[in-house]
Amino acid sequence: MTEKIYKKISEIGFGMQSPEFIEETSAAKIVTAELYEKEGYPVDGGLMDVHLGVIDPGLRCKTCGGKLKECMGHFGHIELARPIIHINYATHVYNALRSTCNECHRILLDDKKLTLIREKMEEGKRIDDSDKRRKATKEAIIKSRLIKKCPYCKAKQETVKIEKPTTYMQGDKRISPIEARARLEKITTEDAEILGYNSETSKPEWTVLKILSIPPVTMRPSITLETGERSEDDLTHKLGDIVRINQRLFENINAGAPEMIIEDLWDLLQYHITTYFDNTVSSVPPARHRSGQELKTLTERIKSKEGRFRHNLAGKRVNFAARTVISPDPCINFNDVGIPKSVAMELTIPERVTEWNKEWLIQAIKNGPKKYPGANYVIWPDGKKKKITEETMEQIMEELGHGFQVERHLVDGDQSLFNRQPSLHRMSLMCHRVRVLPGRSFRMNPSVCNPYNADFDGDEMNLHVPQTEEARAEAEVLMEVQTQIITPKNGYNIIGCVEDSITGCYLLTRSDDISKEEAVDLLTSIGMDNVKFTKDKLTGSEIFSTLFPKDFNFIRKNKHGEVTVRVKEGHLEKGIIDKNTIGENNGELIREFYRKYGQKRTIELLGNIFQLGIKTLLKKGFTTGVADTDIPEEAGKKVDALIKKSYSKVDEHIEEFKKGKTEALPGKSKLETLEIKAMEVLNKTRTEIGDFVKSYAKEGNPTLVMAQSGARGNILNFTQMTGCIGQQALGGKRITRGYRKRTLSTFKEGDLKPEARGFVKNTFKKGITPTEFFFHAMTGRDSLMDTALRTPKSGYLYRRLANALQDLKVEYDRTVRNATKEIIQFKYGEDSIDVSKSEGGTISVVNAIHDVLGEKV
Amino acid sequence: MTVYEEYKGRLPGRIINDMKSEAEKRNLNDNQIKKVMEYLVTQYDAAKIDPGEAIGIITAESFGEPGTQMTLNVFHFAGVAEVSVTQGLPRLIEILDARKKIKTPSMEIHLKKEHGKETNEVRKIAAQIKETVLREISEEFNINLSKMQLEVTINKAKMREIKAKPEEIIEKLKESHKNIIAKETPEGLSIKPEATENELMEMYKLKEKLKETYIRGVKGVTHVLPVKNGNEFIIITAGSNLADVINIPEVDSAKTTTNDIHETAKVLGIEAARQIIINEAEKVIEDQGLDVDIRHILCIADTMSRTGLVKGITRSGITGEKKSVLAKASFETPLTHLVNASLIGEVDQLNSVIENVMLNQPVPLGTGLPDLVAKMGPKDIKTQKKEDKKEDKE
Repeated sequence: MTEKIYKKISEIGFGMQSPEFIEETSAAKIVTAELYEKEGYPVDGGLMDVHLGVIDPGLRCKTCGGKLKECMGHFGHIELARPIIHINYATHVYNALRSTCNECHRILLDDKKLTLIREKMEEGKRIDDSDKRRKATKEAIIKSRLIKKCPYCKAKQETVKIEKPTTYMQGDKRISPIEARARLEKITTEDAEILGYNSETSKPEWTVLKILSIPPVTMRPSITLETGERSEDDLTHKLGDIVRINQRLFENINAGAPEMIIEDLWDLLQYHITTYFDNTVSSVPPARHRSGQELKTLTERIKSKEGRFRHNLAGKRVNFAARTVISPDPCINFNDVGIPKSVAMELTIPERVTEWNKEWLIQAIKNGPKKYPGANYVIWPDGKKKKITEETMEQIMEELGHGFQVERHLVDGDQSLFNRQPSLHRMSLMCHRVRVLPGRSFRMNPSVCNPYNADFDGDEMNLHVPQTEEARAEAEVLMEVQTQIITPKNGYNIIGCVEDSITGCYLLTRSDDISKEEAVDLLTSIGMDNVKFTKDKLTGSEIFSTLFPKDFNFIRKNKHGEVTVRVKEGHLEKGIIDKNTIGENNGELIREFYRKYGQKRTIELLGNIFQLGIKTLLKKGFTTGVADTDIPEEAGKKVDALIKKSYSKVDEHIEEFKKGKTEALPGKSKLETLEIKAMEVLNKTRTEIGDFVKSYAKEGNPTLVMAQSGARGNILNFTQMTGCIGQQALGGKRITRGYRKRTLSTFKEGDLKPEARGFVKNTFKKGITPTEFFFHAMTGRDSLMDTALRTPKSGYLYRRLANALQDLKVEYDRTVRNATKEIIQFKYGEDSIDVSKSEGGTISVVNAIHDVLGEKV
Repeated sequence: MTVYEEYKGRLPGRIINDMKSEAEKRNLNDNQIKKVMEYLVTQYDAAKIDPGEAIGIITAESFGEPGTQMTLNVFHFAGVAEVSVTQGLPRLIEILDARKKIKTPSMEIHLKKEHGKETNEVRKIAAQIKETVLREISEEFNINLSKMQLEVTINKAKMREIKAKPEEIIEKLKESHKNIIAKETPEGLSIKPEATENELMEMYKLKEKLKETYIRGVKGVTHVLPVKNGNEFIIITAGSNLADVINIPEVDSAKTTTNDIHETAKVLGIEAARQIIINEAEKVIEDQGLDVDIRHILCIADTMSRTGLVKGITRSGITGEKKSVLAKASFETPLTHLVNASLIGEVDQLNSVIENVMLNQPVPLGTGLPDLVAKMGPKDIKTQKKEDKKEDKE
């Protein structure tokens, strides 16, 4: 596109509008509350005056002559019959009134104090620190409030009080807005500066309105209902009230009505203008619609999440985006995204016509918007845009030449941005290559679920198509999946193998005695068809090793320093591949491979490992079922015996406690000690049962295999299905709440036995008793509540953090600075290391020694 | 050790130190060391952070994302019911807000080497530190209606434990409550208001007040718990008063810490406060079994303590101190900021992110940072002015 930025906004100033300015810039003076004439044409001098802009198609603005959408609208004004306090400045008026003398209107501070404050003010001005100036003003106000006698004219000062929202009282006398304005007018420019006004942009008296600016109609468009009836915007309603009361006030004043009536009308006008600016002032009843719904006036338009700032300015809507349900597809690459044809035909990419692509762009135009791969629009070099239809097609193709742009359909390989909300980190928006597939959902490789935190229980995701060359380049270089393998959170890999692919690799590397034919078949199925084996029988490790380059070395040690996995010169010599080596979040083999071979080869390796795992399972067959959790009868009896044993142990403790023999742990009561001991015994029991049950499970029990390889589930899940669900804990303690002195009404008061305090001895398979069910539900509910309460809290914390830190960046001198170039850190993280480029937050010396001098040193 | 010298400045100290110990372990010769060091330099240069990186956002993300995984359970007992510590998300919020009043202030008191060995001695010191109030050393509070006085029965054993004498208690009572007459009785104390006409209600109030009268120990430290830490004893407390505790002769003032950020800032200064922010945040994250790199914590702690005062990540803290009106307005309470800006006539220079987002302009971060500078046509006004000035001087 030939769109150019001709001007860049370099700064924005804030200030108040002076009455003169309002009048000068006003396009129309509004004198009547009527909106439309009988024919439906806007009334001259009414609130919908065509001088203020147009919202109806066909009409022309009387100020600038523009049509709908051409004319942005113009401000009008009304003259107020009496001055009105601006509600947002009510406290400022109050401050000015009470810190100035009511006789001579000077600030109630003697020269000495004044100079001090003025100095602070100047200092603030000099270093351009508005906060400092505001602080000086505050000080002046606080100090002058205490002074009862004017240091200049020696007049006695009676304290001014504010009666919320907009009434000022001095003693028993009310300071009318007229008088308030008069007083503010008399404050000198120097004094006004002390009070926090800037002589160039604001004056104290402007806080009391004599003239009210009327926003253009384009800012408050009316909507036509189905019935043909017009429904006006909230602001128009409010302005109507203001104009009506203002006219009435004028009439009454001119007719010489009694002061009482005028005062009442004046207050009413004050009310309407107050609610026009802010309908949520605490001491003012909010203005309402006839239906009782509160009006949304100026302040409400700006503030809160749905307000202008956060809704329209800080966040914007975009074109070229799609959203649909996601589903898994293990057969596509990590950095691909499967896109339905219907989406690919709606989202387009503007492609400039050149010698090299002209032919196929013409083909796209020929296909048109309805046949894939086609094109939807053509843009002329002068910016004219035309939709491709059967009628226009001929002409377009005739004219088409260099400099034209064709908005063509998405094709395989185009860059797109894929996103899932909540976007908690940068991996929530990554660049994927388009792959057009049949179906109606977005398809993704299950391995990239982790960075998005996605699953397939109905999750929807968004897809954006970058429209400019620059955007596409950035997406490709900075955001593609392989650039995000390592998370900047802690330097571990966030993308790795998941679920079945781990199980597959686990089983493969554990097995040996695979025939050559099988091996070749397996490798061919993942696209590796140039591998040659000399042996007839192969081990799984040998097959797995074919994925590595010949110079890859890797050692994984466990906590005790024993080598568990070793890859030497591209050969898996020892160990079994599991989640700790290839899984997400610290899959060490992946991490090491990334360090040595970089992004591109890592993502390739990951893809291959993933496919190998999946295909192995496909060939082998792998299933899990209820039968996995079957245990022989005698084992069941043994489990029961174990539970019984622990029961009697707990009973012993209870007995001890009842006799008062329990020795309290330091700082704990005897009952607490008992609870801790009981917890201990019961938790130990479950672990014992777990170990025991595990020993009974057959070799290769699929449920256990999944747990051991780290693909899904853990031993605890297995225990709970086969042996015993175990103690239910609330807040780290056994369950004690419920009825008086007991948990449920089936138990006796004061029952401390395991079964009365939330121990579930049955298994998920056997089924649980009603009381057990109840306890289990209690802990379940507790954790549900925890999640539900936590999400908004952490969300707010994140928002605050992001807002506070968003401007910090690393400068060219590698210091960390904020938006105003103040230094936060001299070196980022004290060593300038980028976590996402480091090895878990550091550079490993051991690895370096191995790299340079070999492993034997 | 000259091999290492030349790499100072080219490599961070920690890596050099790591290398030193590894080289010693492996008995490497200078040549080998040099080879490895050269390799390390290339690695380090490659891992250096790029200029323009929006490091603040990355930090915020690194904290925000694990925040969703933290528990809300406020209390987790550190061995003793009374000495509990706020944990998880609530504690993290507390730290980052830089709350003035934290939920569970606590100290870790280290003792000087010669004192921290014997259990009994440690217990004694702990008892000395603990704040004792009258309630704790007395058994009964009675209001004698006929004499209109309060009668306190004192637990003699407890008195002996803290080695307090009745006279001392009377003195302390008089110190903290004016207008009372306190006398020693065989059971304990009798206390009477000076004024002769007293109402029953006032007697009740006095009684409640007297119960909490400070007698002994360090004010604010409500509970103490000696814990064995390695082969040393430390005292963990509920309640915190760093200034007084480090003045106790037996206490190792260099090691003793409190979890109250503001208190640390007041007593030990901003650098110490920054360290406390780091330590406490790290503790929370570690206890939750999460893994966040220390650099992110450092970045937050440095932002919070940059000005020399501890500032929270709140609308009145860091965000409120931003120069830009629009940035402040887009966070919270936009109207106040706009009104204030209009009075003083503020000018937004648009040099942070959010304003440029609002205006649909490139943000000054990352790829939005580089600018093209080109000389075109006649000299622009700025250089012209500079040259004019030069000429004037000449």
